[in-house]
Amino acid sequence: MNRRFILKMSALTVLAFSTIGLSHAQKSITLSSTTSTEQSGLFKHLLPAFEKKTGIQVKVVAVGTGQALDIGRRGDADVVMVHDKVAEEKFVSEGFAEKRIEVMYNDFVLIGPKADPAKAKGKDIQAALQKVASSKSTFISRGDKSGTHAAELRYWKGAGVEVSATQTWYKETGSGMGPALNTASGMNGYILSDRATWLTFKNRGDLAILVEGDPRLFNQYGVMLVSPSKHPHVKKADGQAFIDWIISSEGQQTIASYKVEGQQSFFPNAKK
Amino acid sequence: MLSAFNDAFSLLESLDANLLGIVLLSLQVSLTALLVGCLLGMPLGAFIAIQNFPGRQGLIVVLNSLMGVPTVIVGVVIYLLLSRSGPLGELNWLFTPKGMILAQSVLTTPLIAALTRQIIEDGWRIHGETMSALRLPIAAKLKWLVWDCRFSLSIALLAGFARAISEVGAVMIVGGNIDRVTRTMTTAIALETSKGDLPLALALGLVLLGVVLLANLMTSIIKSFAERRYG
Repeated sequence: MNRRFILKMSALTVLAFSTIGLSHAQKSITLSSTTSTEQSGLFKHLLPAFEKKTGIQVKVVAVGTGQALDIGRRGDADVVMVHDKVAEEKFVSEGFAEKRIEVMYNDFVLIGPKADPAKAKGKDIQAALQKVASSKSTFISRGDKSGTHAAELRYWKGAGVEVSATQTWYKETGSGMGPALNTASGMNGYILSDRATWLTFKNRGDLAILVEGDPRLFNQYGVMLVSPSKHPHVKKADGQAFIDWIISSEGQQTIASYKVEGQQSFFPNAKK
Repeated sequence: MLSAFNDAFSLLESLDANLLGIVLLSLQVSLTALLVGCLLGMPLGAFIAIQNFPGRQGLIVVLNSLMGVPTVIVGVVIYLLLSRSGPLGELNWLFTPKGMILAQSVLTTPLIAALTRQIIEDGWRIHGETMSALRLPIAAKLKWLVWDCRFSLSIALLAGFARAISEVGAVMIVGGNIDRVTRTMTTAIALETSKGDLPLALALGLVLLGVVLLANLMTSIIKSFAERRYG
């Protein structure tokens, strides 16, 4: 084929690519985190304050905890902030991070139909789940290896109930918190959610909070810098600056001051 | 439903800078992917249409099947390629518009190539003998055929654009749906749906539909103008 023709074609293709993304000379880090922190609006409140102070832009990839850790494991993020202590400690022991630092907590709530056919309403999550199971009321599970899914499975175990997708009342959606809540709203079923996502969720239908305040529903978030010795390209200084800021008294106060519908959603508890 | 239409209009009315950024990014990514898809797909499709070589039928079947490859699969494959632990990690294209363009180009190229192949092959049936008699070099033949079929080829263009601008599977995985960096119209719709804000999701969907409609309208106007002028 005509050589000039091919040359022209490839020059155009290269040009098409090179016009994109020239503008970003700014310092930035990639943070892989959970849907609850992003969708609750916390990051929109938190990150501008950090960017203003340090000039570092934080790019958030919001996915389930399992996937967020995997993104870190592959070296595609500089910092990981998730909520599944067991999985996070595994991440550290595998050498993908040097340490895990506790940042804040929020809590889980059991959501269900206002009419509450299983009579699950109360202050004890495990007793509530036993009632859901014995009445075979529809229960929607995340089923996606997220932090919330891991917590849910812990509560079922504590309640002494064996759950599996073969039981018709127990439905694994394999989706994020929001989509799972949409499913629960459509089927008028029970579901475990983090409070922050529930507060910002709009398509509630006939659902309401039935169980809250059980100390077991405590949901701890940890932050980790992806290990530069595993992935040398990790932006160590900027990533560390973010972690230092979020556990500083200024960062912690910014977390505490974030409110959804007048309610505080995240409670800072970093150890100084 | 009705409130979604209202929302869509007030979204457009306020012309929120954030929304504008999302629309522009979507257009930038999908139009570039369309350009790449045309530059690679059209010559490839035209070449297959007029050239006989062993395995040609097989290649056509493969090309036609690739038109229907799930966008999520393309997303995962490109993700694995661009990941820092993958072969192209050094490029640093993951979670950037460049990576999204690459992923969408993988979607548009086979689609445009397959449609071009069919259209040019039909043109070849009409003009083939004349061109063979003229003993034109293959590049010249290709150029003539593409030019001759340009009006029919506009459907390949529109199909490629539609495939790119409407997909969510690939850009979600490769782009990461990062606010103000890689959030497109489709990933924003997915996000608002998962927040349970269905009216806003639908409103964004209407904006997307409007953009697609506008693109088709413009193509149609240019086409009818050109047909009158040069047809």
